[in-house]
Amino acid sequence: MTGPTTDLGDVCAVACADAFRGDDGLMVSPMGPIPRLGARLAKATHSPGIVLTDGVATIVDLDDEPCGWMPFARVFDMVWSGRRHVMMGASQLDRHGNQNISALGDFARPKVQLLGVRGGPGNTVCHPTSYWIPNHGPKVFVEAVDIISGVGTDHGAFEIRRVVTNLCVFDLKGPGGVLRLRSVHPGVTVDDVRAATGCAIDVPDDVGPSRLPTPEERAWLHRLDAGGGIRSAVTR
Amino acid sequence: MVRQMTPDDVVGELQSGMTLGIGGWGSRRKPMTLVRALARSSVTDLTVVTYGGPDAGILCALGKVRKLVYGFVSLDSIPLEPWFRRVRQEGRLPEVMELDEGMLQLGLRAAAWRLPFLPTRVGPGSAVMSTNPGLRTVRSPYDDATELVAMPALRLDAAFVHVHRADLHGNGQVLGPDPYFDDLFCLAADRAYMSCEAIGLDTDRLYQAIINPTMVAGVVHAPGGAWFTECPPDYDRDEALQAAYAATARDDDAWQAFVAEHLS
Repeated sequence: MTGPTTDLGDVCAVACADAFRGDDGLMVSPMGPIPRLGARLAKATHSPGIVLTDGVATIVDLDDEPCGWMPFARVFDMVWSGRRHVMMGASQLDRHGNQNISALGDFARPKVQLLGVRGGPGNTVCHPTSYWIPNHGPKVFVEAVDIISGVGTDHGAFEIRRVVTNLCVFDLKGPGGVLRLRSVHPGVTVDDVRAATGCAIDVPDDVGPSRLPTPEERAWLHRLDAGGGIRSAVTR
Repeated sequence: MVRQMTPDDVVGELQSGMTLGIGGWGSRRKPMTLVRALARSSVTDLTVVTYGGPDAGILCALGKVRKLVYGFVSLDSIPLEPWFRRVRQEGRLPEVMELDEGMLQLGLRAAAWRLPFLPTRVGPGSAVMSTNPGLRTVRSPYDDATELVAMPALRLDAAFVHVHRADLHGNGQVLGPDPYFDDLFCLAADRAYMSCEAIGLDTDRLYQAIINPTMVAGVVHAPGGAWFTECPPDYDRDEALQAAYAATARDDDAWQAFVAEHLS
């Protein structure tokens, strides 16, 4: 195949949409283009009741028409009342789903200062959390994160539902609440995933391929990502 | 009585060592005219409480911050604030209190209500507890007996906020999409100072007048007062100037020129 393809991006968007399946009545907060595409796909198909914003302070419909108000003070209300599912990124993630977006190295004098813990500590103890990792590799998936922003299953997480990467999909239902491989994306092997993951993962015997979009989903993806710019940006 | 003031009048009421809260969020509707006046002054050794953006970066770069209290520091379109990164990585920021962004709101709320703390489930398991050993927990006195974090009040000596419209009585109106926590910053402070784009409220939208005269000590008429941060609907972020500011963290000559042009 030549030229940019949306095949991998299709699978990732569908996997993100599946993470939000059944979230009707919740605010869904996707951080990043592919999670946002997945959330819109979910709302367009199996989960029409999910509440999306423009990422600023306005609730929007699938056509990005304004239809409600969600200032940060209300977002915090959504968090603390559990009416939300967030899909965040992570600079580091460990096998229990502990996340680091704060800094790399020693907190007192970081080697690399990142964003700060932001809403990670609160999101992860109050409502479902998922992660999108567009650059699956051993620097992201580590044995232990340097600084815990979002808490994992061994530190009191409410629910870490899915970790979608550019290689595969995990949940946290491995023994003791560790990363369990659910599916591998087309062209990716389980060994590829192991090699790209710097921590131990649970691999069931029957890991299959990540699912492809249905015809209906494919049509929506063409509409929601006309031109394929969001999906073609996903690479291995 | 609320007074009409200049930015330098406001900074003249501050003293080194104070705790200052700064309204806005990231690189959104920051009271930058007041921050720039502070940058020009000799006031230093500050504890700064902020949903951090270039306010935090600039004051840290100038060495005016002894302690920064924040949940994040970001320029939004440039996710990582370059001066905050640099001072942290060079060990030039003496003390930090990094919090979940919701805990920051609770700390301001507790201060606003003159409570010693407000309880929250947030914090345990995360670095918030290990990097802030002063945080204490409290047990619910009711049957649930839940152990909760007692987020301490973030009492402020002074606060800066920037709004779209104000009057000289001290009413302030936000016309943009999000009031952020500007009202809490004012309520948490002994003396709050409000700059505004224009004098005169839009009386058809008084429900957006989140600041009232009991909450502020001074009003500053400062058109363009959010400077390169965004202040919609009045203006968008000046992305070119923000990018130029960001680049100064990698170029000391550019920083000196930036200070001379904008912060002196």
